[in-house]
Amino acid sequence: MSSMRMDKNWPKLEDTRLLGKRVSRLDGPDKVSGRAKYTYDQNPKDLLYAKFAWCPYGRAKIKSIDVTKAAEMPGVVSAFALRKEGDELRYAGVEVAVVAADTEERAREAARAIVVEYEVLPHNAEDKDFAAVPKEFLGKPRERKAGDVDKAFAEAEVKHTGEYGCAQITHCCLEPHGSVSHFKDDEHVAIWSSTQAISGIAEQVASISGVEAKNVEAVCHVLGGGFGSKFSLDSWDATALRIAEETKRPVKVMLERDQELMIAGSRPSGYAKVQIAATNDGTLTGWISESWGSAGAGGSSNLSLPYVFNGIPNVRLSHAGITTHAGPARAWRAPSHPQSALVTMSAIEDAAALLGMDPLALVRKNLALTGPLADTYAEELDVADRMMQWSAKWKPRDSKQGVIRTGHGLSLHTWGGGGHESNCDVRIHSDGTVDLSMGTQDLGTGTKTVVAIVVAETLGLPLEAVAVRIGEGRFPPSGGSGGSTTVGGVSSSARVGAVDAANQLFAKVAAELGAPAERLEARDGVIRVIDEPGKSIAFKDACRLIGPNPIVGHGKEDGSLMNSGVGGVQMAEVEVDSETGVVTVTKFVAVQDCGTIIDLKTAESQVFGGVIMGITSALYEERVIDPVTGMVLNPDLEFYRLAGIGDIGEIEVHMMQTERHHSRGVIGLGEPPAISPMAAVANAVANALGVRVPRCPITPREVLLALGKAGA
Amino acid sequence: MSDPNGLSRRHFLKGVGAGAIVAGSIEALSAEARAAAQAANPCVGPGAVPIKLSINGSVRELAVEPRTTLLDALRNHLDLTGSKKVCDRATCGACTVLIDGKAAYSCTTLAIAAQGRTIETVESLANGAELAPIQKAFVEHDAQQCGFCTPGFVVASEALLRTNASPDRAAVLEGLGGNLCRCGTYVGLKKACMSAGAPAKGGRR
Ligand code: FES
Ligand code: FES
Repeated sequence: MSSMRMDKNWPKLEDTRLLGKRVSRLDGPDKVSGRAKYTYDQNPKDLLYAKFAWCPYGRAKIKSIDVTKAAEMPGVVSAFALRKEGDELRYAGVEVAVVAADTEERAREAARAIVVEYEVLPHNAEDKDFAAVPKEFLGKPRERKAGDVDKAFAEAEVKHTGEYGCAQITHCCLEPHGSVSHFKDDEHVAIWSSTQAISGIAEQVASISGVEAKNVEAVCHVLGGGFGSKFSLDSWDATALRIAEETKRPVKVMLERDQELMIAGSRPSGYAKVQIAATNDGTLTGWISESWGSAGAGGSSNLSLPYVFNGIPNVRLSHAGITTHAGPARAWRAPSHPQSALVTMSAIEDAAALLGMDPLALVRKNLALTGPLADTYAEELDVADRMMQWSAKWKPRDSKQGVIRTGHGLSLHTWGGGGHESNCDVRIHSDGTVDLSMGTQDLGTGTKTVVAIVVAETLGLPLEAVAVRIGEGRFPPSGGSGGSTTVGGVSSSARVGAVDAANQLFAKVAAELGAPAERLEARDGVIRVIDEPGKSIAFKDACRLIGPNPIVGHGKEDGSLMNSGVGGVQMAEVEVDSETGVVTVTKFVAVQDCGTIIDLKTAESQVFGGVIMGITSALYEERVIDPVTGMVLNPDLEFYRLAGIGDIGEIEVHMMQTERHHSRGVIGLGEPPAISPMAAVANAVANALGVRVPRCPITPREVLLALGKAGA
Repeated sequence: MSDPNGLSRRHFLKGVGAGAIVAGSIEALSAEARAAAQAANPCVGPGAVPIKLSINGSVRELAVEPRTTLLDALRNHLDLTGSKKVCDRATCGACTVLIDGKAAYSCTTLAIAAQGRTIETVESLANGAELAPIQKAFVEHDAQQCGFCTPGFVVASEALLRTNASPDRAAVLEGLGGNLCRCGTYVGLKKACMSAGAPAKGGRR
């Protein structure tokens, strides 16, 4: 029926109306007015609040759990143990028993009345000092070799050795993990879940509860951050589902901030001893690294070294994973990349200092080692150089400075991206209205807005004309939002669906316009004959010809409208107070490509956000584990520090957006800008002080220790 | 629930409820002074007690426990969920409301202590679908991503703009320094707050 004549390929940059322009996010008004309803905000009638008793040790065995007293407290409807005698717990914060009560206060108080006896077992909190890690918690090193390392180092004109790394941090989503579940009867359940993957929730509920997937209504219209930590239902959601099933009352389980920071996801630490071999002119010839890291009580901590410069011909790598008794790692914006960038770019910066070279010159000299992105980096380095005025400002490390010392640092990064599976329905109604439904979710990245832009652009309509419905399990499924694959997937399926719908509409109006459907186009609110603008019909009038049922265009991501593989360059300028050790980022520059940009405004916001998150991990963030008890010492926002508005300096973002970039296809942007900031800031600090502060977060204490050690 | 000083939790709550006496000073009081304080401030709790709150221009009657925070009263009892719970201990500002026109953390204000004060939440700022100028500026400058911190920032910005119609950069950094965002929207926030202040021509911001 639909003659696929309208070309589904993206229009040229010069021909776009909305695509690639600065468009304000559609859900902005709901968010600024408090109308947006998150999972945490759902208050169905007769709601119960679930709260947990949790393990306060890094490693312990359950001796006994007694919920009797809690069960008898006012308002408590359900109380039970989640573990049994003899069970071993491997990190602090993990749930051991639960209560559900009719108010939040009563649930909290009852959770505190649960009595648990533990046998405390030896645990490990050490992952920074490799030599101090007890053998039993050390994984077998994985090794890799290429070229002839021994020869490269024997012939090297310059050899540099250094040690670098960063601590375990958490996702710290401001909306904690959790859900509200409600059994409407024995067979039907509704669940609101704060999730990055709404389309898969029904299947998970089915496997947890025995309710059939077709009888699960799953909703997540908005969520307060995920960053890689919210891909599936968790043990606490399963517990709440069980209570909801037993009580037939809705149950809300949202982790309290302390548990959120202890058990709901973390990023592995990454440390390395690095040796670099180079020639006197700055050509990198060899790399040796022994790295280690901990993903807590589960997951992998591997690094990809040498990062970006993976064409260094002679390399020898080994990496050992360490078990620490702390909440297990989850995917955290660009898994392993920020740590790998920190180690690699720090070593390169130190090597440049040893050679007496500007690191920008050294990086430019070795760009061929970065492979297919070399030209991208070359172009971006020029832009960043201009924005930061690097060439004018950069000074070698030994420059004489006073108490407050200024420095500059840079880093490069890459990410794949691509697009996940995505399906949608685009409907055009006979009254001229248009809607799209898709089982995706908007993490704050602008997904909803992106989809609306694509449909509006395709149908020649204003943005407001398109209603976008996402965040429900009943809509055509889309993949989880992770790995910078969302925008590639959703924009592709939205385009295919809108083109399908447009072609069906063209077929309906062809006779009216006296031209074959293949010669029609939708622009500026009309359907018209190509090259005969006089022959047109208003979109609304065209829709009257649709008939009794709406047109439905089916969209399916088909791989042809997206791409993968981006490069970015970032530069930081810092001031370091050499007496107090306080580091201040004064200016930050980020240059990024991401193929076809759908919404320039939210794309820039993504980069700003990634940079700010990265600055936070460079200077402030660390999940601190008590070496004595294994308890997390800072499961709150006073001591688990996030950067505030005054901590980030002036940030400038430049998106690469020429026809060459635009014509590549859509590539996601969630991960890339969050990769380099730690390395760029660490390098700027080294440049300012003339001394390497080896570990992030670069706290005043670390700065003063490094200065003290160097006698500087 | 009694402690070595003979003070019960009820005494403590009564003291906090009166808004004038804090736990430490109760302990320091003599027995007579304590008795006098108790007579002046009748005990409430520990069960739910009826309270009246003036919220967004109307008086709302509800029954909450004396330990219930204003934030939980708003969210759990009145379904005013625009104010968010994030840290629940006065660090992040997601729960910011206006009390007598000043920004306050509702997570560390007891609901009973907010009686007799004028409370404005984020829900009150827009006039139906018509957003307030600061809210429009937030949308225009994309001062939100996931949006979970956003209502708190909107209210903190509103509080700032009511005292300083055209804040400069330093004033914005200070005025919004009590709020945290994880998604990293600070660049848009700065622009929004400064631009909403720029065309100050009287009238309600
Ligand atoms: S929730 Fe009140 S300040 Fe964080
Ligand atoms: S917008 Fe997500 S926490 Fe601020």
